[in-house]
Amino acid sequence: MVPVSAYLIVAIVLFGIGTVGVLISRNMIVMFMCIELMLNAANLALIAFSRSLEVMDGHAFVFLVLTVAAAEAAVGLAIVLAIYRNRETINIDRFSILKW
Amino acid sequence: MSLDTLIFVISVIVAVFSATMMIVQRNPIASVLYLIVSLVAQAVLYVQLGALFLGSILIIVYAGAILVLFLFIIMLLNLRGNEDLGEKSPLVSQATKFIVSILFVLELVFVVRSGYVAESIATGVADTGSTGFGSVEDVALLLFTRYLYPFELTSILLLAAIVGAVVMARRENRDIQQSMFVEQTPSETFKKGQG
Repeated sequence: MVPVSAYLIVAIVLFGIGTVGVLISRNMIVMFMCIELMLNAANLALIAFSRSLEVMDGHAFVFLVLTVAAAEAAVGLAIVLAIYRNRETINIDRFSILKW
Repeated sequence: MSLDTLIFVISVIVAVFSATMMIVQRNPIASVLYLIVSLVAQAVLYVQLGALFLGSILIIVYAGAILVLFLFIIMLLNLRGNEDLGEKSPLVSQATKFIVSILFVLELVFVVRSGYVAESIATGVADTGSTGFGSVEDVALLLFTRYLYPFELTSILLLAAIVGAVVMARRENRDIQQSMFVEQTPSETFKKGQG
């Protein structure tokens, strides 16, 4: 019997690791992977609550989140490809032309 | 320590360790492989929580398809470890990032601690069979009855993602920025080398 709060703590830790990764990484692909990790941490919390409350609605939400993650990965990687073709780098610090 | 707790602790250690290794690796391919390990450990947690179908979906779709897509892109761009990442950012900036993320995590901890959390859950592992909580049948029933409308909207999202990915990754148009906003052939004013 593992309490549901333990699963929530795991979800928080994974989400925090993803946040740190997005902030400190300068490789665009690694940033995308960290976003995927954050989505998965949210999924873990949803499933833990779903189990704790004995309703399965959380599973449907997780299914939809997985779809969103797949779409986001496809579009995001296409953007990375387009940027790399134009600028020959995926270092995020080089893409500051929108910065005021 | 019961078997449930043991499985939980091992999976958590593996998941958190490989997630940490993912963000400290310089080589993007190593990062992808560590993320796959972390996802497999998370799938174990899913199964422990009774979500048998979603655990297998996580491995098949996520580790099997999405992360292979990441690997394809990394190999297509021919990225190696340290190149192209510039100099390290200044120390103050790094410290600020860490402090902001720690504050963010503390905020999440506060939210969880202040809210209502049920005390314990029954983690009957894998004795649910083909029906019951978390089975394919129940998830499908929910998706096709109560959540039918969002589920159908998902197909539109996927269609938009496919079209978007094809448009973004198209090769013949060198001026992608222009072709995104102007639906015409590239004029002579925008040439390569201007950006």
